[in-house]
Amino acid sequence: MSKYTEDDLKKELETKEYEYGFYTDIESDTLPMGLNEEIIVAISKKKEEPEWMTKWRLDAFKKWKEMKEPEWANVKYEKPDLQKISYYSAPSNKPKYNSLDEVDPELLETFKKLGISVNEQKKLAGVAVDVVIDSVSVATSFKDTLSEKGIIFCSMNEAIKKHPELVKKYIGTVVPKTDNYYAALNSAVFSDGSFCYIPKGVKCPMELSTYFRINEAGTGQFERTLVVADKGSYVSYLEGCSAPSRDENQLHAAVVELVALDDAEIKYSTVQNWFPGDSKGKGGVFNFVTKRGVCENNAKISWTQVETGSAVTWKYPSCILKGKNSVGEFYSIAVTNNFQQADTGTKMIHIGENSRSTIISKGISAGKSQNSYRGLVHISPRAKNSRNFSQCDSLLIGNKCGAHTFPYIETKNQSAQIEHEATTSKIGEDQIFYCNQRGIDTERAIALIVNGFSKEVLNKLPMEFAVEAQKLLEISLEGSVG
Amino acid sequence: MSYLKEKLLSSFIAFEEQKNVDSYVHGIRTKAIKKFEQEGFPTKKLENWKYTSLKKAINYDYKLFPNQSEVLEFRDIKKYLIDDIESYKIIFVDGKYCSHLSETTHDGMDICILSSALTQSKYDLIIENYFDKISKKDGITSLNTAFSSEGSYIHIPKNIQVDKPIQIIHFSTGKNESVMFQPRNLIVVDENSHLEIIERFQSINENSVFVNSVSEIYCNKKSIVKHYKIQNDNKNASLVDNTFVSQERNSSYSLHTFSFGGELTRNNLNIFQNGERIESFIRGITIIGENQHVDHNTLIHHKKPNCESYQDYKGIYYDNSVGVFNGRVLVEKEAQKTNAFQANNNVLLSDKSVINTKPQLEIFADDVKCSHGCTVGQLDKSALFYLRSRGIPKKEAMALLMYGFANKVLASVNIPEVKARVNKIIAKKLGVKMGFDI
Repeated sequence: MSKYTEDDLKKELETKEYEYGFYTDIESDTLPMGLNEEIIVAISKKKEEPEWMTKWRLDAFKKWKEMKEPEWANVKYEKPDLQKISYYSAPSNKPKYNSLDEVDPELLETFKKLGISVNEQKKLAGVAVDVVIDSVSVATSFKDTLSEKGIIFCSMNEAIKKHPELVKKYIGTVVPKTDNYYAALNSAVFSDGSFCYIPKGVKCPMELSTYFRINEAGTGQFERTLVVADKGSYVSYLEGCSAPSRDENQLHAAVVELVALDDAEIKYSTVQNWFPGDSKGKGGVFNFVTKRGVCENNAKISWTQVETGSAVTWKYPSCILKGKNSVGEFYSIAVTNNFQQADTGTKMIHIGENSRSTIISKGISAGKSQNSYRGLVHISPRAKNSRNFSQCDSLLIGNKCGAHTFPYIETKNQSAQIEHEATTSKIGEDQIFYCNQRGIDTERAIALIVNGFSKEVLNKLPMEFAVEAQKLLEISLEGSVG
Repeated sequence: MSYLKEKLLSSFIAFEEQKNVDSYVHGIRTKAIKKFEQEGFPTKKLENWKYTSLKKAINYDYKLFPNQSEVLEFRDIKKYLIDDIESYKIIFVDGKYCSHLSETTHDGMDICILSSALTQSKYDLIIENYFDKISKKDGITSLNTAFSSEGSYIHIPKNIQVDKPIQIIHFSTGKNESVMFQPRNLIVVDENSHLEIIERFQSINENSVFVNSVSEIYCNKKSIVKHYKIQNDNKNASLVDNTFVSQERNSSYSLHTFSFGGELTRNNLNIFQNGERIESFIRGITIIGENQHVDHNTLIHHKKPNCESYQDYKGIYYDNSVGVFNGRVLVEKEAQKTNAFQANNNVLLSDKSVINTKPQLEIFADDVKCSHGCTVGQLDKSALFYLRSRGIPKKEAMALLMYGFANKVLASVNIPEVKARVNKIIAKKLGVKMGFDI
């Protein structure tokens, strides 16, 4: 019997690095590189947008030009040259498909490789998926089933055309177009995204899902998601992402806005698996995302995220707890390996009385990566009896990585109760020894321990996602022992 | 440019002319004033000053080199001293050393003043080795460095257990005028020596005072330093207190900061652990009301393995007061087996009081135990009810609970007289009479 040597394992690991790093050769329609007003008008025109939208974009662009790239985050990277990016790239086989059979077979192949074959998903999981490749929505499933209930789930572009009154009312209300550098950039150039509206009192019967992929080289992905849950409604929304392995850095600057009206509940889960760069730190996606939700009276927004990808992550899903008794939750696992850097966390802005928030953040750093938690809990003077609990735990694997915690707590009300705790530790040698003793090798033991460490967050994910997330954790930490 | 900055810059030349231009510190001062000219006073735009503004404090027309206008007698200052214990005293009035009130020594150790250390050649070696070596080169510290001429100078040689604590007190009298002064302390404790310091800033009248103080403390190996800061100044006093501590292996440094007074108090505390098996304990009690503002900014820098640090800050806030805690623990790659703990607990007692807290951990080593906890809350209602149902009036009951809350910090003070004094101040601050000692 030939021996399975360490070299074999090494080879296997090297090839296994990033399973989703394939590139689909689809003819695509890409605008020239660069950013100026003409490009923005061109994007708007390509999308056949009404005039108010074009104006909105130009206005955002004007403000953006005056802004500076933020530098306060605990990450180091070479700033992307925004003039060397193409701001629009779409699979060219437009117009819209009526059924999946008409879809470019190569595109379907892509879905299969991703394991989210739209067909299968339809039958088995009962998840409605909106697929966005290079920031253009290419397929939305289950539309009919949803529309029976009055739920609108479509691409942003379609929503602008078909439901302008809703889009106009809510877009930019949670994340103003001048909110920050990347949000402003997104507002100016966003090419598509998902829009979802749940009418009054409707409980969305299935999980809604968006899948993002950057395909074309030298493009940036700028999508915009808007989820509006009307009074008393409920929706659970999933988001997944991946990108091909490339030597260069790609930029992803998305904006997600959630609006939970009175008594509504939104659950937003993300499994982020952008290409993290290779083991030498080359390539990878810059993930600069602005996510924010606003809660009216008795409403609830729950963010769950599993961050395993991206070379640089800069992301703070936040809740504005505007209404009385509103609830905000944030559950996060951020894994960094090799040269990845993550600066992620949340903001809980308590404005309404009796508002409550929970933050559970688990950071795992391995290799030469840096992982930071940065969070804000703000209690405004009006937020009587508000309550916050935060817990940030970090796990370090190896002594070349770093884990950092930067919690900001601002309290302006005497009746508030806030607790914050954070710990940093490593995987105990005794824990690994215990597993080894029972015949579990070190690699698997680490996976086991990491899984246990992140259980609190994994439990919050919808079933199918939890399985995928668990697998992802294992893959991202492979080769980190030693 | 603010008026005060301009005034400071222009008066530097006159200040420097009186001094010996050939001296070692001349170069340091000149460099420092340039740095201050570039950076100026810190603004809220700096991350470290996000929650504290000096705008108001630097808005007065301060007299920079006040003439000593009043001669203080012992009876004037008695109540500010901890007079029921034997102690060395280094007392300054309006930034000038006051020999008839002080009690210094050169017997086997140097407990004296910086101005004489800077001018006498026998101190050159210490000055060249230690002066301005660990202080940060930011605007506000550089300002002090540029004008550093007076303060306390303490050098304890090897194997000496200093027999009594040292009290360093700065009084300001400024007759009918606002004053600004910049004391500079240099404290060097050599191998295996013990030292206790009690530090206080006090203005005697109601004129505004702005103190920008810098202390450099060197704890050489196996030394033990215990440091107490009592901050209970008048309502018109602003204080920026920069303390830099450098510790060598097996040394222990402990600091208690009691912040009860002053309009604005900012404590910049930086501890650098340069060797193995070092302990640093920093604790604080803050009780403020009205429009007071207290900011604790701490950094503990773990550079070597097997060290420990412990932080415990308690705060109670009344009225419109604002409290800030910004604690940073930095663990370098080499500092394996570090044990760092950080706690910040706060009680808000008014709707207008504000607390901003930011406990940070930055960790680059994997085999460490680091944790922090931070809470904001109220007094326990059921405990309050329990006390009141036993006939204790509300005010006293609340005070009792607050004592309990702060007691963990107070209990670790090991000079009983200091503890008693702080107790008294707390009781006065809370407006109650306590029939017991804790």
